[in-house]
Amino acid sequence: MIRSEILKEIAPILKDQLIVCNIGIPSQELHAIMDQPSNFYMLGTMGLASSIGLGVALAQDKTVISIDGDGSVLTNLGTLPTIGNNCPDNFILMIIDNGSYGSTGDQPTYTGRKTDLAGMARAAGCDTVVEVQDVDTGPALQAAIDSGKGTVMIVKCDSGNAKMPVITMDPVIIKDRFMKAIAS
Amino acid sequence: MNIDKKICDDLVANDVSFVTTVPCKQLAGVIEEIDQREEIFHIPSNKEDEGMGLCAGAFMGGKRPAIIMQNTAIGVTINTLATLTQFYRMPLPMIISYRGELREPVACQVEMAVHTKALLAQMHIPTYHFHWQDDVKEFDNILKYTFMCNKPVAILTDANFWGGYGDQ
Ligand SMILES: Cc1ncc(C[n+]2csc(CCOP(=O)(O)OP(=O)(O)O)c2C)c(N)n1
Ligand SMILES: [Mg+2]
Repeated sequence: MIRSEILKEIAPILKDQLIVCNIGIPSQELHAIMDQPSNFYMLGTMGLASSIGLGVALAQDKTVISIDGDGSVLTNLGTLPTIGNNCPDNFILMIIDNGSYGSTGDQPTYTGRKTDLAGMARAAGCDTVVEVQDVDTGPALQAAIDSGKGTVMIVKCDSGNAKMPVITMDPVIIKDRFMKAIAS
Repeated sequence: MNIDKKICDDLVANDVSFVTTVPCKQLAGVIEEIDQREEIFHIPSNKEDEGMGLCAGAFMGGKRPAIIMQNTAIGVTINTLATLTQFYRMPLPMIISYRGELREPVACQVEMAVHTKALLAQMHIPTYHFHWQDDVKEFDNILKYTFMCNKPVAILTDANFWGGYGDQ
């Protein structure tokens, strides 16, 4: 499965959840598949989906799911120790690990070679780390939400992108409706 | 006047309850003071752009954030300031130790000091420079201004402000 197929499959689980979504095609796919006010789309700033999601989770009680990518986590590796040492129960970091920089044309990342993100997350102090295959994403995500425990999920899948339109929504509107969804 | 205490008092009075830091020698006292305050959640970050991501999230989650960092970090946060903090219009007080200014003992620090104000000006970031201890009296107003206008705002604090380095 590729990222867009996973997103389509887990859309019912993501409905009404607070989501912080990775830059580029991941956000475009999520936006096209299931736009909702509680989706925060990153339009730039590669690497910070996990940090933004952790900040939201630490500031309030609702569950927050950061949908991240292997390339983005590799560029902000310092995030793993920060999550490992501060992870609140309401934070789920779901890393779509397609072994590539998908948005820029599927150039391979090191996770497709020797680097193991699950091992790195564990070594950074993350207590609950689950690695799943693409087909098992839905049940694993639902279990993470139901567990009420901070979780890092690494979802192994194929490289590839669906053709979706660029997000033209104004960033201030994205922020505003996300904040209202949090406060509601 | 104890400037570490005054900075923390003003943070608390302005409801700033989420602070991330990457240390600098000059900032050791204020970071220690932050850790004493129950009203403030302190989350150290490993890199300042990561810290700004945490602050953006905390702000959207309903908390008022601040970051404490060294001026050299301007060099690693330009993209985040432009594409996250400014693009989405979020407030962020940045308490910045201004290394490489008068009374600086380490030559390498001057190399980023000479770019600091130019970079902040290029980014259209409102910038204040504390050189005398009395300048801290403006801090409360700067915090109010930051949360009024929803922008990142820089407070550069140099070695003279912090009392120098003794005999180094
Ligand atoms: C600082 C910076 N460098 C490079 C880019 C270009 N870029 C945008 S998305 C992306 C790939 C992200 O890969 P990953 O997080 O694995 O997500 P995927 O698209 O594979 O799901 C890159 C390299 C950027 N936006 N910013
Ligand atoms: Mg990828």
